[in-house]
Amino acid sequence: MIPFDFEYYKPSSVHMAVELFQLLQNQGKKPVYYAGGTEIITWARTNSIQPGAVINLNSIPECSVMGIQKDKLVIGACVTLSALSEANPFPLLSQTAQGVADQTARNKITLGGNICGKIYYREAVLPLLLANSRMIIAGIHGIREVSIHQVFLQQLRLENGEFLVQTFTDQYYLSLPFVHYKKRQIGNVGYPLVTVAALKQDNQIHTAYSGVCSFPFRSIEIDQVLNSSSIPLAARIEQAISKLPGSIIHNTEGSAPYRKFVLKQTMADTIHILERR
Amino acid sequence: MSSYNSALYPVEMEINSEVQTIRIRAADILLYTLRDKFGLTGSKSGCDNGDCGSCTILVNRQPMKSCLMLTIEADGKQITTIEGLMNSQVQNIFAQHQAFQCGYCTPGFIMNCEGLRNVHPIADEETIRVWLESNICRCTSYEEIHHAVKDIFTPK
Amino acid sequence: MIVARSLGNKEGVKIRQSIGKSIPRKETWEKVTGTTKYINDTSGEPGLLHAKIAISQHAHAKIKSIDSSDAMKIQGVKAIITGQNAPILTGSPLADRPPIAIDKVRYYGEPIALIVAEQEYIAEMAALQIKVEYELLPVVLSPSDALQKNAPLIHEHLAEYKRHEDVYPEPGTNIANRTKIRKGNMEEGWKNSDHTIEVEVTSPQSDHAAIEMRCCSAQVLPDGRVIIHSASQSPFVIRRAISQSFQIPLHKVIVHTPMVGGSFGGKSAIQMEFLAFLASRAVGGRAVNLVNSREVDMISSPVHIGLHAKIKLGCSLEGKMMAAEILHLYDGGAYSDRGAVMSRSGAVDCTGPYRIDNVHCDSLCMYTNKPYSTSFRGFGHPELTLAIERAMDLLATRVGMDPLEFRFFNAIGPGDTTPTQTLLDRSNLGDLPMCIAKLKTLIHWDELSLRETKGHLIKATGVCCFWKNSNTPTDAGAGAAILFNPDGSVNLLCGAVEIGQGTRTALTQLLAERLRMEERMINITMEVNTETDPYQWKTVASRSTFLVGNALLNAADDAIVQLKNIAAIVLQCSPEELDVGNGKVFIIDRPAVGIEIEKIAYGYKYPNGNTIGGQIIGRGSYAMRNLTLLDPETGEGNPGPEWTVGAQAVEVELNTREYTYKIIKAVTVIDAGKVINPQFARSQITGAMSMGLSFASREAFIFNDKGAILNPQFRTYKLIRYGEQPEYFVDFVETPHVEAPFGLRGIGEHGLIGMPAALANSLSIAAGVELNHLPLTPEMIWRTIYDSV
Repeated sequence: MIPFDFEYYKPSSVHMAVELFQLLQNQGKKPVYYAGGTEIITWARTNSIQPGAVINLNSIPECSVMGIQKDKLVIGACVTLSALSEANPFPLLSQTAQGVADQTARNKITLGGNICGKIYYREAVLPLLLANSRMIIAGIHGIREVSIHQVFLQQLRLENGEFLVQTFTDQYYLSLPFVHYKKRQIGNVGYPLVTVAALKQDNQIHTAYSGVCSFPFRSIEIDQVLNSSSIPLAARIEQAISKLPGSIIHNTEGSAPYRKFVLKQTMADTIHILERR
Repeated sequence: MSSYNSALYPVEMEINSEVQTIRIRAADILLYTLRDKFGLTGSKSGCDNGDCGSCTILVNRQPMKSCLMLTIEADGKQITTIEGLMNSQVQNIFAQHQAFQCGYCTPGFIMNCEGLRNVHPIADEETIRVWLESNICRCTSYEEIHHAVKDIFTPK
Repeated sequence: MIVARSLGNKEGVKIRQSIGKSIPRKETWEKVTGTTKYINDTSGEPGLLHAKIAISQHAHAKIKSIDSSDAMKIQGVKAIITGQNAPILTGSPLADRPPIAIDKVRYYGEPIALIVAEQEYIAEMAALQIKVEYELLPVVLSPSDALQKNAPLIHEHLAEYKRHEDVYPEPGTNIANRTKIRKGNMEEGWKNSDHTIEVEVTSPQSDHAAIEMRCCSAQVLPDGRVIIHSASQSPFVIRRAISQSFQIPLHKVIVHTPMVGGSFGGKSAIQMEFLAFLASRAVGGRAVNLVNSREVDMISSPVHIGLHAKIKLGCSLEGKMMAAEILHLYDGGAYSDRGAVMSRSGAVDCTGPYRIDNVHCDSLCMYTNKPYSTSFRGFGHPELTLAIERAMDLLATRVGMDPLEFRFFNAIGPGDTTPTQTLLDRSNLGDLPMCIAKLKTLIHWDELSLRETKGHLIKATGVCCFWKNSNTPTDAGAGAAILFNPDGSVNLLCGAVEIGQGTRTALTQLLAERLRMEERMINITMEVNTETDPYQWKTVASRSTFLVGNALLNAADDAIVQLKNIAAIVLQCSPEELDVGNGKVFIIDRPAVGIEIEKIAYGYKYPNGNTIGGQIIGRGSYAMRNLTLLDPETGEGNPGPEWTVGAQAVEVELNTREYTYKIIKAVTVIDAGKVINPQFARSQITGAMSMGLSFASREAFIFNDKGAILNPQFRTYKLIRYGEQPEYFVDFVETPHVEAPFGLRGIGEHGLIGMPAALANSLSIAAGVELNHLPLTPEMIWRTIYDSV
């Protein structure tokens, strides 16, 4: 039950969506774009957000595509995590997506929604960070394509009125050796203590993290340290941890010291597995 | 207080094989529309936050937490609630195994199993686990539910 | 005139047996088709108003002012009620709780206002607009802190609170109740102890987490009758509480309770009902529905009690237990409710099921600035059992005895006395040695190595024993009525609430057994109505089948006399020559001669129309016998009719790299007295075990230092889910309790009691450190190891 009212729109084109946003914003209605909506509903029911208008993106054809176009995997922002895992075009992304919430919820949660969410974890972004994906973003000035590293800095840095339409990923990355670990305090459903996604490319291991800091990240410095095979693994991990881009989260899922302990284990597991592949 | 528009929106959906039209708030949640406007109270509220699965229904044959769906999103969709099941083998098997106690979470479990059958009529243990961990049962140890689902998804 | 006819069964009437059969629940098809109407399934009715609670955002604060003017302006809001509008104190045994906070709040989540509106979402909108000005007070967040001499006082007027049952608050402190056990001679006990151990064990406050949220509706009719619908384990207590609190004649309060969507003790407290009544009264008696959101259900309604325990045990060189000194500080939260009684129950059974002649125990219910506690499955026992069984493992290690052998050696038995100095016999105490022996066989204890290492995985098995008496009021009772129908079927009326445990079906089995008829011929509704159903104290304490069952058997015997009397006239014999079975009254020596019950259910009509007798209606009642209040200085007294005992084990596999673990096996052997329905019995035991494992492994409210709860959702307050269940083993011993129907004992709660202890014991063995604090999360294990280095 949502204890306030909002207006609802379901535009059928990218252009209509961004125009609507601008119009509603000019009317002072604090519009939000809506894909799966699970996070919007859960925040709204506790009155943590009060959008005056909701713009549902699910009728926009570009937002629902999933497939290979010109050597690139294109995934629309409104593709659900379960559809993504079922079709399995990018195994690391499938596995990472499978770790989010639970199966039934993943029938509703979308790739775009997960990446653009407010909740710390946003795990679905990790494989895209590793695969140097490109983000297709629509705004009032049209559509732009931009490297994920330029727009995803702790969170997706969208300009006012913009939304994520699609992600492009080079086919090359889809079949690279990978590992994915989601470590929870207990049980098989829930937020992570630590999620690590990693790809091996040209004998180098690339890692990305969620649950460690209050945002998902990939760090060149950490990867450099982890790949310094002349240094003993334990020392590499210690060094890597000293290069975390923020303080370690301390919340109901686990304390910062325990997360650090689990992170070290998970880094070690990741390197063990990928060094052999 | 942010109440911008209390206008009602028309929605047309097929609920348990009957086309229904209704006018609702955009902020109305499907679970409550089904329960309060259509009297389909078999779907239960257990958390309203997508965590427990007791509100699970089928939307276009796929399990969905109806507490995480705006009613207006169901426009043009095919909804099946527990009341819409006919001669369901899943229900029979849950009854046979007494795979419930208080029964409150049971419609959610049954609808999830129905959804799983639509996709995987024969499902392995891992698939069953991944699907069924979407629902919480507080009374049973899940042992009875486990026996029931093994019976449902094992080829005869 | 033919008055009797051959029944065509020359071999005599085959006597049916219903007890010991796994018949399905009567309400099976309702439940699997979703047609069961739970309490909130009628909330869509037109004209019904809706209430919501505004809750406190502080754990301890003076209320300086409440401004509800903005909330009142919202279209559709009908009334706003604050504590000033309802200056009463509720709660039993100690009336310490205003339904809505007055003057100050004592926990985060306490109701501060109640809003009634046309729609639920409008009430919620308005609840968010209630503005309260507070003056913050220092918070007390643990029972040990609450006991400190200079601890902030949570209840300044403790002395003035009305007491309904025996309860011993200590004004000027945060002690809501103290129970003392003084048995034997401690000095002697310690003198004879060659080994002693001391340990502190804690379990946190957590939630019942029934999937159905608490919900209640109330209506005041023009003639003054109050109609309440509530998902409750205590409809008859609601009637009394509303009557007493609002000066309404008892018979004018009518309570309806449909099937309940899980409760586990949490729906035995009277809380929502006061609010729903106040809401209805504020809008001229219109029907008002009040349902909790999950968050409010978790933090505002009563929760599962916590415990800080200090145990000191001593035993002789041979391992014979000599002395026990125990301090229980139950974490009762902001109000005492049943926490006061649970703390008493924690004294009564403080030693666990062991023979100890010298016992000193103080069991206290402490006020803290946390949600208040009420009954939770096990009623104080899972917590005390964790404490005593951790101590037992430590002491066994100290003596160098096998932990199960040590327990077997000290197991309490007939001729021994309990901490309350009750003399035990084979009837009031089940057979613990037999349970231990069966457990040993079931888990192949003798071939099992206590700890088995495979790489970084360590398997270990932990064991424990439990006992529990019911700690009901000394006058707890129930009635039953059975009404015969002209098709020979019987309607069974009683006040036991169907909360999923299967009681109402099991009761039909008891009746079928006594009347020797088919269960399908016994009708029972799933709703309780205090106006038409016989009384039952509450559906708690695993006592429904006992209390109602005894009442029911009396009712059956009453009906059998009536059946025989009328059949004797028809069959022209004396009633003593007759017996009842298979739907007939027949002559014992000539079973083929008799009369169908359907022909006499409404009286017998002769062919000429002359009728004798009338409807057969059996009535029966039962109340607890020979129970006494405990002596306030020594604890001497008889707390309940019998102790159910059992032995349990848990096998875990600990991953020593990350301290995650898998629960592989969980085992219970319980003395059930008599198993009525094997499927229900197993399911009650395994369900309780699962709840115990969930609680022990992960469940706890997490507070910040200001007393706010940080995990009021299932997203962050985790419960065991499908796929995590271990392999369950359950076996029964059947030592009859002579006072109970067919000898049965309570089993509804007991599967839970030892699970935290068995899990803690298994993990302590596996991890090689003493794990004395719940929840046993991987982080807790890691921290214990890390801190001990």
